[in-house]
Amino acid sequence: MFGLASRVLTVSELTNRIRSALERSFECVWITGEISNLRIPASGHHYFTLKDASSQIRAVLFRGAAQGIPFALQDGLEVVAYGRVTVYEPRGDYQLVLESLEPKGIGALQLAFEQLKAKLTQEGLFDAARKRPLPCFPQTVGIVTSLSGAAIRDVLTVMHRRWPGIRVVVHPVPVQGDGAAAEIVDAIRTMNALDELDVLIVARGGGSVEDLWCFNKEPVVRAIANSQVPIVSAIGHEIDVTLSDFAADYRAPTPSAAAEVVVPRADEFRRRVSDYRDRMVQAVRLTVQRMREQVWHSQRMLPDPLVWLGHFGQRIDELDLRLRRAIRDEHGMKHRQCREWQTRLYLARPYSQLHRARTVVHDRHHRLREIMVARLAGARSRTDVGLARLQTASPLAMLRRGYSRVETLPDHRLVRKAAEVNVGDLVQAYLGQGHLICAVREAVSDA
Amino acid sequence: MAALKFEDALARLETIVMELERGELPLDQSLKIFEEGIKLSKTCLKILDDAERKVELLVQDKDGRKHLQALSIDDDQLHG
Repeated sequence: MFGLASRVLTVSELTNRIRSALERSFECVWITGEISNLRIPASGHHYFTLKDASSQIRAVLFRGAAQGIPFALQDGLEVVAYGRVTVYEPRGDYQLVLESLEPKGIGALQLAFEQLKAKLTQEGLFDAARKRPLPCFPQTVGIVTSLSGAAIRDVLTVMHRRWPGIRVVVHPVPVQGDGAAAEIVDAIRTMNALDELDVLIVARGGGSVEDLWCFNKEPVVRAIANSQVPIVSAIGHEIDVTLSDFAADYRAPTPSAAAEVVVPRADEFRRRVSDYRDRMVQAVRLTVQRMREQVWHSQRMLPDPLVWLGHFGQRIDELDLRLRRAIRDEHGMKHRQCREWQTRLYLARPYSQLHRARTVVHDRHHRLREIMVARLAGARSRTDVGLARLQTASPLAMLRRGYSRVETLPDHRLVRKAAEVNVGDLVQAYLGQGHLICAVREAVSDA
Repeated sequence: MAALKFEDALARLETIVMELERGELPLDQSLKIFEEGIKLSKTCLKILDDAERKVELLVQDKDGRKHLQALSIDDDQLHG
């Protein structure tokens, strides 16, 4: 202390000495506290304060160290950190430079898992609605896995036992260590680009949480969620759950189980196809049988056309009856209509016209009478003249003038020639008045 | 991919079976789909009876291009 007092120091010298003293005393410390005032500028360094109920200390986690931490720092997080104490000379602040940091009471990976799970769940990446159904009978199956290890052998064995004819495409990838995640992402993309796969298995055998860790990395989880081909995950043992399992369309507990889920048992399907075949044959047989019965039935119906005709006859009778009824109704209606018209006609009959017509008829009647009387008178006088003339030309008139007419007896033939009678014949002679019965004494024909 | 996918063939076969069992089709139509059904069942059985193992490996060649190559299940590559 005397030494220090004996000489005047510059600020830099003193700060430098303090820094050395602190760094020597607190070269490596474990410290626990709660993160607050966290700042992560573009540099990627993390600046924050660690505090407890009564004190606080500045802390920094440089980018290199931060990249080694799987989870994200956040205010309020209780951590256990390891580092050294140093002084930031430009400001004279002492601070912790941390090498590593773990969440308190929970594993770092566990925390990282929870954090990413919460984030992707929020995004909806694990929604049930996003899950696609697996094909019921895939013909080409893809596998993304390591060629070393039991997983691939188990998968292929199970697959071929179920259906030997299945086509399998294997994309080998490292399944742990640096770069594994990137290769898995690339493999999933490549398998999708093949455009030949019906379903894809992403598999890894059992291992520690750290071994399986790449299947909890965000790029891998996203690649699985975004695959066009449905994905079955089979990572580790049944108790191991990764975020890749959440993102997959189906999570199988083990690689063998994945093979069983994906590849159908050929013999089951063979039975199903055979069953369909039997049912088809049976159905067609039944159909034919039914047709045959129909034909039979029709044949039995066919031989008796009289029955058939009888039906028609009945039908015709029925129609006839209906027709008659309809006509009668119609007729009745017509009749009623007619009467109605009659009544209307009567009510509307033209009186004045009738009267005029009657007068005209009367008048014409009289004239007709007059004309007829005149014509009759004319005719009568003409008839009288005709009669007088007729009387002059009549044989009776001739007789009256002294001629007579002789007829034979008893047959009254007119005698025109003497030769027409014989001596002794009786003749009748008609005179102007009365007649004579004469016997012929002599018949003299004039020369 | 096969010309006719097994799943599609099976689905069609199932439809035909139900159609025939409903028994509402005319006989010639029934026989037509029956023939189709028998053909489909043969196709399906052929796919199922195929016992040839087809395992391929996607490998990357020197210029970074990936191609498929046949792999036997007992291949040494599985023990790498």
